Amino acid sequence: MASHSIADRVAIVGMGCTPFGERWDMSLDDLIIDAAESTLASAGMVADDVDAFWFGTSQSAASGIALATPLRLVGKPVTRVENYCATGSESLRQACYAVASGAYDSAMALGAEKVKDSGYQGLNAFPLPTDGTNRTLTAAAMFSLILPAYAKRYGVDEDELRYVAARIAEKNHANGARNDLAQFRREISADAVCQMPTVAGRLSVMDCAGVADGAAAAIVVRAEDAHRYTDRPLYVKALSLVTGDSSGLVDPGFNFTTLPECAAAAADAYQQASITDPKAELAMAEVHDCFTPTEMILMEDLGFCERGNAWQKVLDGTFDLDGDLPVNPDGGLKAFGHPVGATGLRMFYEAWLQLRGAAPATRCIPDSSRTRALIHNLGGYPGEMVAFVGIVGSEPG
Amino acid sequence: MATRGILAYGAYVPYRRLDRMSITSVTGTDAGSGHRSVASFDEDTTTMGVEAARTALTGGAPSPAALWFSTVHPAYLDKTNATTIHAALRLDSDVPALDFGGAARSAVGALRTALDSERRTLVVAADLRIGLSGGPEESEGGDGAAAVLTGSSEDGPLLAHYLGGASVTAEFTDRWRSPGEAHSRVWEDRFGERAYAPLVERAWAEALHATGLQVDVVDRAVVTGLHRRATTRSSGALGVAIAEDLASEVGNTGAAHPALLLTHLLDRSDAESVVAVVSLTDGCDVMLFRTTGALAAGRPIRSVTSQVESRSDVPYGRYLSWRGLLDTQPPNRPGPSRTSSAAALRRADWKLGFVGSRDVTTGITHLPPSRVGISGGTVDDMEEAPMADATGTVITVTVDHLAYSPSPPVVFAVVDFDDGGRMPVELTDVDPDAVGIGDRVEMTFRRLNTVDGIHNYFWKARPIRG
Repeated sequence: MASHSIADRVAIVGMGCTPFGERWDMSLDDLIIDAAESTLASAGMVADDVDAFWFGTSQSAASGIALATPLRLVGKPVTRVENYCATGSESLRQACYAVASGAYDSAMALGAEKVKDSGYQGLNAFPLPTDGTNRTLTAAAMFSLILPAYAKRYGVDEDELRYVAARIAEKNHANGARNDLAQFRREISADAVCQMPTVAGRLSVMDCAGVADGAAAAIVVRAEDAHRYTDRPLYVKALSLVTGDSSGLVDPGFNFTTLPECAAAAADAYQQASITDPKAELAMAEVHDCFTPTEMILMEDLGFCERGNAWQKVLDGTFDLDGDLPVNPDGGLKAFGHPVGATGLRMFYEAWLQLRGAAPATRCIPDSSRTRALIHNLGGYPGEMVAFVGIVGSEPG
Repeated sequence: MATRGILAYGAYVPYRRLDRMSITSVTGTDAGSGHRSVASFDEDTTTMGVEAARTALTGGAPSPAALWFSTVHPAYLDKTNATTIHAALRLDSDVPALDFGGAARSAVGALRTALDSERRTLVVAADLRIGLSGGPEESEGGDGAAAVLTGSSEDGPLLAHYLGGASVTAEFTDRWRSPGEAHSRVWEDRFGERAYAPLVERAWAEALHATGLQVDVVDRAVVTGLHRRATTRSSGALGVAIAEDLASEVGNTGAAHPALLLTHLLDRSDAESVVAVVSLTDGCDVMLFRTTGALAAGRPIRSVTSQVESRSDVPYGRYLSWRGLLDTQPPNRPGPSRTSSAAALRRADWKLGFVGSRDVTTGITHLPPSRVGISGGTVDDMEEAPMADATGTVITVTVDHLAYSPSPPVVFAVVDFDDGGRMPVELTDVDPDAVGIGDRVEMTFRRLNTVDGIHNYFWKARPIRG
């Protein structure tokens, strides 16, 4: 695909993230203010120092006014961004390009979601008037379609594959248990996950991301200005977004064992960042584990292992905190929780901590010479999806 | 000279059954043995009528010039229900679609009127019989539909000639229902039995006289009515062999029953048989037919017997919840919003006719229809792709316990159709534990939900059985 790299032209100089969870005590405005203040503080800035703002929220508010009002931003350009569950990374992508273009010296991307005020479980999209023929399945059910299709394609026993999915939940809960900001800080064994009642296909509730309130933010500046704000900036190496045309739901060629939009975004991002062997070159990855089967096939789509191999690599511990390539060391959507608009930025926040040596000792990724992290964030469902892949690094060049 | 008669016919018996013993175990009353047919939670008289009409018209029957739909349990008042069937069958807009509502007699009256009229008319009858728990209306009733295409020998080969009939009318209050009530009330049994007897006797004699037939040439008669004692007594008085009434395994489908039993009889009749329909409803209507040599080749693929045998029991509690007689806990999720009438009209051919689009250049089928193809190319380079009769294979499947449904869980599959096209679609008439990759499915017209009184009709897939 046609994209040009802006590697090392923009750097993240400040980040913040609120605790995620059922924040009955916090309004959307409270979450926004807390995320913005901690982010500004980490960059040594005040709100008025930031030239422009991108505000990501999927279903909690509309327009930039919803950010400008709680922060009392006067005379600033503020844009609301929405791209399903990839909303958070999309807001950062906009901020990075705005700075890279030279239009602004600094920009903030802030993602926030307040979903727990609805009184319903799960996520509930705003209902648009339709002809009534649109699918009304839950996201859990849509992603559960992966398991039988994968089992059939690669000849893996369905019970074994169900265990693999549970093993991903076990890993991410183990990581989340070491994260003070995470929604779920309790470890759970794969066997226990397997024994829970199903909610969709073979998936139990513990195969699903936590539905959470929360907010996260980042400030980006031109790379050459980064050291005016921090000694340890994070350089943006790649930003790729691929939006599918939903053909997977129309085209019998799509087999529900891959997320082609994600594979395409990864290939584009690797090109931008000049990465040829992601498994060897990346220090860690944050991926969109909205449901456990998603993380499994992403290991293949992102090039971390061969096709048909991910289930074995999961069982091998390749993606564990102390594995060859730690995936979701902060607990992922699974354990950290998934406030839709904030999630993409929360993923960058973990790279911000880990690559700069600021992660708590209990969940530090293995020390290595690798300086780059991959951030993968998606929105939608198998067959109809927006896919984001970003790469950041602690070193220029 | 052209004669009138039956050009095609078809019936619909829903897949679900209620074991009458399961009523007894809850209510303590003796509900008898056997089963009654049960419309699923996503079925109503309109959807059952569509299925019966599809069965009748599949296999090359001439297209109807008029559509008459009759039921005692309409999905809508004020708004015509036959227009939904009309849209699902994709009839031309110059084919009138009319409801004959209110009383059970409207159905048999519509059939006889169609036989006596000039037009090629598809007469559809459907009923959904609800009674109070533990009562005979509940246990002896049944849900179902039947469709008969009437016309002349000039329209195509008649499967049965209409020989004539008779109609006797009488006013007496033996069975009644106030508008808005889901079930009927009845007078004491023996009153109706006595009231009907002379009416049947007279109608039968007049019908034989009008057709010039002797009673001994009548091979078999269908005798039906919602008054069981009167029907039984009259059956014995006609002097002819009486056809099976499906009471044991289907129940009495009310307005649909005369056409359903006629359909069942035609399924099993030889050529040159004389068959009678005797209907006891607020009088008596009699119709006499002689089957033709075209019957053997013109029968619907789906017989009544095959549908009676294809079945699955529904627990009594679930049956009650399907009929709105028992509130059950829904998933803690917001319900659907009401269907936009404007959006539904724009996409009526998709929503009600299940017509996708096919890329003229690439041949790729698009469901739903699309103006731009998934492989690019010229915009609006599409032709219609009717898919209602398509069959397909499940390529992956799930059971959603969280999604809103009038009867959770939702069983959902990605289906690839045999001649192209894919659709993620809800499955119905299926056991959640018994679905898997490779299952073969066909399409069926259903009601997804009802919000603000607006019924959301669309298509689902169901396993191909038998």
